[in-house]
Amino acid sequence: MLLFLMRRILIAVPTIILISIFVFALQKLLPGDPLLVLAGEERDPAVLELLREKYRLNDPIHVQYFTWITNALQGDLGISLRTNQPVTELMLQKLPVTLQLAAMSMIFALVIGVPAGILSAYRKGTLTDYVANVVALSGLSIPNFWLGIMLILLVSVKWQLLPASGYVPLSEDFGQSIRTMLMPSFVLGTALAATMMRHTRSAMLGVLSADYVRTARAKGLSERSVVLKHAFRNALTPIVTLTALLFGELVAGAVLTEQIFTIPGFGKMVVDAVFNRDYAVVQGIVLVTAVGFILMNLLADVLYFILNPRLRGQ
Amino acid sequence: MNDASAPVSADATLGGASENRVWKKFRAHRSALLGGILVVFFILIAILAPILPIPDPAATDWGAVRKAPSAAHWMGTDEIGRDVLSRLVWGAQASLLAGVVSVGIALALGVPLGILAGYFGGWIDAVISRCTEALLAAPFLILAIALAAFLGPSLTNAMIAIGISATPIFIRLTRGQVLNVRSEDYVDSALAIGLPTPKILRRYILPNVLPPILVQATLTIATAIIAEASLSFLGLGQQAPAPSWGSMLNTAKNFLNQAPWMALWPGISIFLVVLGFNLLGDGLRDALDPREQ
Repeated sequence: MLLFLMRRILIAVPTIILISIFVFALQKLLPGDPLLVLAGEERDPAVLELLREKYRLNDPIHVQYFTWITNALQGDLGISLRTNQPVTELMLQKLPVTLQLAAMSMIFALVIGVPAGILSAYRKGTLTDYVANVVALSGLSIPNFWLGIMLILLVSVKWQLLPASGYVPLSEDFGQSIRTMLMPSFVLGTALAATMMRHTRSAMLGVLSADYVRTARAKGLSERSVVLKHAFRNALTPIVTLTALLFGELVAGAVLTEQIFTIPGFGKMVVDAVFNRDYAVVQGIVLVTAVGFILMNLLADVLYFILNPRLRGQ
Repeated sequence: MNDASAPVSADATLGGASENRVWKKFRAHRSALLGGILVVFFILIAILAPILPIPDPAATDWGAVRKAPSAAHWMGTDEIGRDVLSRLVWGAQASLLAGVVSVGIALALGVPLGILAGYFGGWIDAVISRCTEALLAAPFLILAIALAAFLGPSLTNAMIAIGISATPIFIRLTRGQVLNVRSEDYVDSALAIGLPTPKILRRYILPNVLPPILVQATLTIATAIIAEASLSFLGLGQQAPAPSWGSMLNTAKNFLNQAPWMALWPGISIFLVVLGFNLLGDGLRDALDPREQ
């Protein structure tokens, strides 16, 4: 187990280094001087030079990279050109908001996607299976920002059941916090539920025809027990791994969802940073989400290892 | 069956039969056919936009601001009196163009790199694979947003950004397929008779790795259309006054109370065209999957 983990971590290291080079190069290779924003209307050459010195932009490119990556490793992702706050501090402020959105969306995705996948596989070829598939494919095809807009129109504007936007921290008012997050997480969750359903269905189809399921049936076990205890447990491995792998989709989906529901999280921060040409923030977010994704991949591998007893002996 | 006696070469018979079977399976797949119809419908709309009897999509009419659907404006008008139907029709061009061009970019970059990695292996494979993994680690939309932001907001840059972000998917897929095909006997035979590498790649590797890539390309067009709409929605894609479904939705969200129709139609259009490509891709996958035959 330890050896396996060590090997996975060793493979992850070059990937992380490469990402950091990409992220760094992104800003360096492309046109536009981020300092022009700071230099004011006149763009005085003396001021620009002073700023270049301050942000060490006159150093050779590899020196700039090493300074940047060394700082990043120590948790210093630079200063936001716009707000003058450290990027790490800004991210830590927004993190709980996006985490709450992500967690609640995942609950929706699991509660809808997994039972639908099990049912659809169990009733393969029937109307239930067909309907579940059509709904899942529709879920994959609906742009989630449009679904959000339509829900605001119906639930908030027309029926006035839930707030259309805003965010209340969990610590401030638990009930209100959940209420404001309900619609955004439903929007984000349904998109993931579709993927979850399709994967659960295919995993279940694989195990439902396995010999041990036939044996369980032959023993005269109830269908409920056969499906949930014998089949589902074995289909669980790919589902758990998928949950970890959906992290990327979750973060990307959060960008649009937070934009529509004006939730002050990670996603809204990246969009605001893009429009303010606040490159340090954009770089920081891309780097952190990518590293987060790699860590989730690592977690998925470890979970796969733990859940699959056949691998443990190796 | 009845053409078994026809004097055609074994090769041609096999190829024809296989094509026939794929086409038959595809036609029998009713949802795939529906997907095909949806896609063709939107392509026709996009191509015929200039000759359809609809008003100029950029023509403003201050006397008809935010008018509900009527005989004069079937889908209503927007916040400066432009015809929503007309903007929807012209917006189809931007969406389809973005879908096809960005996937074109991803294919043009991804397939050759995937073939290189899979066929030659060694350090070439190591370098390409590590870079692919690194790019795959950044969430698709975040990468596209970052690239679009650094390149500057425009439809062309959005397409480039989406194309680059989708490239690693094709590198990985092609590489995997090439690894499978490379160990086949016919590739060994081609090597044994001393065919030059470019010829082997062109004649034996590429045609055999294409089917799954075609399926993935169809499905990625769907993803790319949503990505373009998302970027335009955020203001990073098509710029005003040129119409695009995403930017129409961006404006529409400010007038939900007064003009809900502004938000309804662009969303339905995105949904239908993306559903079309998804159904088509699923159908193609089933039709081309040898295990299902």
